[in-house]
Amino acid sequence: MTDTQQLIRAVAEADSPARMVTAVQKLAAAKDTAAIPTLIASFGYNNPGAAVAAVAGLTELGEVAVPQLLENIDDYNYGARAYSIRTLAAIGDPRALEVLLTASATDFAPTVRRAAAKGLGFLQWHKLPATLRVTAQIKAMDALLALTQDSDWSIRYAAIVGLQSLAKIPNLQSSIKTRFKEMLASDAEKAIRARVLLAQSVTSDQ
Amino acid sequence: MIEPSAEEYLVESTQPLTPEQATANLRSSDLSLRYYAAWWLGRFRVRSTEAVDALIAALEDEADRTELGGYPLRRNAARALGKIGNMRAVPALIKCLECTDFYVREAAAQSLEMLRDPSAATPLMQLLAGGVAAAIQVPGRPHLTQPYEAVLEALGAIGATEALPLIQPFIEHPVPRVQCAANRAMYQLAQDPQYGERLVKVLDNSNLQLRRVALGDLGAIGYVAAADAIANATVENSFKLIALKGLLESQLNEESEALSLTDDAIRILNLMDSLL
Repeated sequence: MTDTQQLIRAVAEADSPARMVTAVQKLAAAKDTAAIPTLIASFGYNNPGAAVAAVAGLTELGEVAVPQLLENIDDYNYGARAYSIRTLAAIGDPRALEVLLTASATDFAPTVRRAAAKGLGFLQWHKLPATLRVTAQIKAMDALLALTQDSDWSIRYAAIVGLQSLAKIPNLQSSIKTRFKEMLASDAEKAIRARVLLAQSVTSDQ
Repeated sequence: MIEPSAEEYLVESTQPLTPEQATANLRSSDLSLRYYAAWWLGRFRVRSTEAVDALIAALEDEADRTELGGYPLRRNAARALGKIGNMRAVPALIKCLECTDFYVREAAAQSLEMLRDPSAATPLMQLLAGGVAAAIQVPGRPHLTQPYEAVLEALGAIGATEALPLIQPFIEHPVPRVQCAANRAMYQLAQDPQYGERLVKVLDNSNLQLRRVALGDLGAIGYVAAADAIANATVENSFKLIALKGLLESQLNEESEALSLTDDAIRILNLMDSLL
């Protein structure tokens, strides 16, 4: 049995929440692609410590974990789903674009939608072929602009964070700046207007 | 006792209503329609004179009773009036503080907290009569003799500094949630960080519900020194975001029109970003 297989077995055999956290942390630290399915599965154990360790481990593995992350999103457990979306957002692989678009617009759980909205701003666009890049960026921006009208302030907040990052892309900047101005003038929540102010102070330097 | 709510648990109703229909339904012969209408008017914050009048009238409803003598419609009407925010409801809500139904008294105290009318301070203080010694569990019921949490929070929100000596002993009340409410009120009235720090300590408690309560309290009092402890608490991110939003808003209060960002505000925003 390889070291990784032993570590995977330790996760399966963990008989307390604390042991589970330790086992997942050790497995994540192994940085072995063979650990990917077990790390993803640990999102569903309702053990936040283990899930956070798994997010960190998968994010470190990066691109190589993306296909399995995309294929194993848990449609029946929004807690687990939020960790998947958070990991995809942190890795920033643009293959996650469609999943993030759908999650940000249609998921019933705000925690999933916030993670997806933030993620739409932080995709590594240079990994897309130049022919697809512009269309993909505009799709992400349009989705986030729509979310700035959401009735839930926390969704609007996440949309601003995503848009602030997208404003680095020259041909998107003017649409985003226009929307920021509108929000600063009209959003009912002071916290949202404050986040817009911060975003404006960052984007005006660009 | 009402749990703090995160949006995850909001359930949207499917029954279509208009403000006019809901107002009319408050006088329906079908008691369940009345009950639902009162909730609906609060949920959608219907501010028309007719709706407020009808809800105030519903605070004296005698038709809708539970087996234990409770007044379900009065409870919902009292809750709705707090959300709607019309000060005309204050005298009627104060009267509800003497209702025989614990949950009506609780709902009235919570709504008076939202309305923040100083005239409610003395009647609220009367519910603290007898102090901690009288604040015991009612045999066979899941609540204390009075809605102490709501009363303490209301006195803090109203800024009733005259209540300070009455509130302070409740910091040692055996029920942790009552302790939290007392610390929250004491911080609001005395602006002494020791009360904020007591709430920060609760974020390490083994009970998740209590950690959520403390988050809500810290957000409500805008205790900025708690920002990092809130962000690191073992509680769902939705609750942490709401608490940090409370801190942020306390930082933005002074500059109401021309919003500007302090260093603390930027620090809080960065923490909120990390929780998305």
